[in-house]
Amino acid sequence: MSSDLLDRIASGDRRALARGLSSVEDRAPGFRDLLRGASGSAGAAHRVGLTGAPGVGKSTLVSALTTEARKRGRRVAILAIDPSSPFTGGALLGDRVRMTDHLLDQDVFVRSMASRGAQGGLSTATGDALDLLDAAGFDLVLVETVGAGQGDVDVAAEAETTCVLFAPGAGDAIQAMKSGLMEVADLWVVNKADDDRAERVRADILSSLMLHDPPDDLDERVRMVSASTGSGVAALLDALDARLDQLEASGARAESRRERIRYRVGRAAAETLREATETSSSDALVDDVLQGRSSVHDAAEALLRSVASTSSGEQP
Amino acid sequence: MSRKIRVLVAKPGLDGHDRGAKVVATALRDAGMEVIYTGLHQTPEMIVEAALQEDVDVIGLSVHSGAHVPLFRKVLTLMQENGLGDVLLTGGGIIPAEDMKMLREEGAGRLFGPGTATSELVSYIRESVNQESA
Repeated sequence: MSSDLLDRIASGDRRALARGLSSVEDRAPGFRDLLRGASGSAGAAHRVGLTGAPGVGKSTLVSALTTEARKRGRRVAILAIDPSSPFTGGALLGDRVRMTDHLLDQDVFVRSMASRGAQGGLSTATGDALDLLDAAGFDLVLVETVGAGQGDVDVAAEAETTCVLFAPGAGDAIQAMKSGLMEVADLWVVNKADDDRAERVRADILSSLMLHDPPDDLDERVRMVSASTGSGVAALLDALDARLDQLEASGARAESRRERIRYRVGRAAAETLREATETSSSDALVDDVLQGRSSVHDAAEALLRSVASTSSGEQP
Repeated sequence: MSRKIRVLVAKPGLDGHDRGAKVVATALRDAGMEVIYTGLHQTPEMIVEAALQEDVDVIGLSVHSGAHVPLFRKVLTLMQENGLGDVLLTGGGIIPAEDMKMLREEGAGRLFGPGTATSELVSYIRESVNQESA
C-alpha cells in the first residue's frame, strides 16, 4: 500500500505527495514503511534552510528564489513552518500569502507545516517531509523556519545549506556576536538591501565574523539582496549552486548526509521515548520517584528498558 | 501524534473585506485546528490547488462580493476534477438563504451568514470531519 503511494509520489502525483506528507506529520499507520522506501531515493535535491527573526523577509525571499530557480528550469518545493500554539495546538499558517506567484506552477509545490510542539524553529516531521520531497524529484527544496530566535538552530542539522537572514532595523553588532544563529550560517543574507541602513548591517556582520577564524571567502558569503525587488537574488542562487558543487566535489555532501541521518536517528528515538512518558504505563515510575523509592534517573532507565522490550517489532 | 484538522481559509474574487476571514481563521486556530490562510483575491484554481497541496480536510470561503454562486460552483467543479470530493466546502459572507440552500444541494456544506457565533462554525467543522478533537 505505502510502496504504491511512494510510486505515485515518485511519478509526480501531487495529491499522493500531499497525502504522504500528512501521513508523516500525523505519524499515521504505515508512515515508517513509506519513509523506508523514500530513504533509498533521497539525496538528490539541494536542501536549503532559510532562517532569521520574524519579519526579516523569509517568505518573500523564498518566493523570489523560487522565481529565479524556475527561470533556470528547476523544480522547487517549499516547506514553510509556522508555530503551533503550545496551549491549543492550533496554528495559523500564513506563509502562502507571500507565495501566490507560484500557485499555478505545476513544478512548484508549497506545503505549510505547523511546528507541533517541536522547538528550534522546525517541526518534528521536517526531516521526514524533506525525504518525501526529495523522492518526488524536486531539484531544490527550501525550508523556511518559524521566525527564529537566537538559539533556534535546528535547521542547520536538517539542511545542507543554511542561510541566516538579517534586515535593517533589527538589532546591532552585538546581536550578531551572540552565540547560536550566527554560527550555523553557511550564507549570511542581508535582505531589504534597498534600505539605506542595510550596508551597515553587512558591515556589522562582517566585523563580527572577522573576530574569530573567518572563512577565506567571507566577503562572498555575506550577501545583499532585496527580495521584494529581486535585486541580488540571482547572485544568491548562484552562490547556493556554487556551494552545492563545492560540497559535492570535496565529499562533504556525503559526510553531511551521514551526520544528518545520525541526528535524525537520535530525534526519532527521543520522540518514541517522549511518547512513552505520556502514556499511563509511566505512572508507576513517576509514583516511585514521588514517594522517594527511586530517582528521576532510575525511572528514566526503567522507561528505556520498557520501551526497548515493547518496540522490537514494527509498530502498527 | 494525533491527527489535526487542517482548514484552508481563502477569499476568492475581488472584494477586499477580509475581516470576517481573519476572525474565522483565528477562531479555528484557537479551537486547535491548523489553518492555512491564503489571503485576498484568490482564483478558484489557486484555492483548489492550495487545498490539494496542503491536504486539507476543509475549505472555507469568505465572499462578500455577491459572486458567491459562480465562485462556489467553480470551486466545487475543480474539487471534483482534482479528486477532492471528500473535502468539506463551507464558508460564509453576504449570501441569501435561497442561494445557501441551492449551493448545499449542489454539494457544498453549510454556509454561514453575518452574526454566526464562531463556536457554531467550530462545532460544525468538528462534527463534519467526524473527529474527536481536543
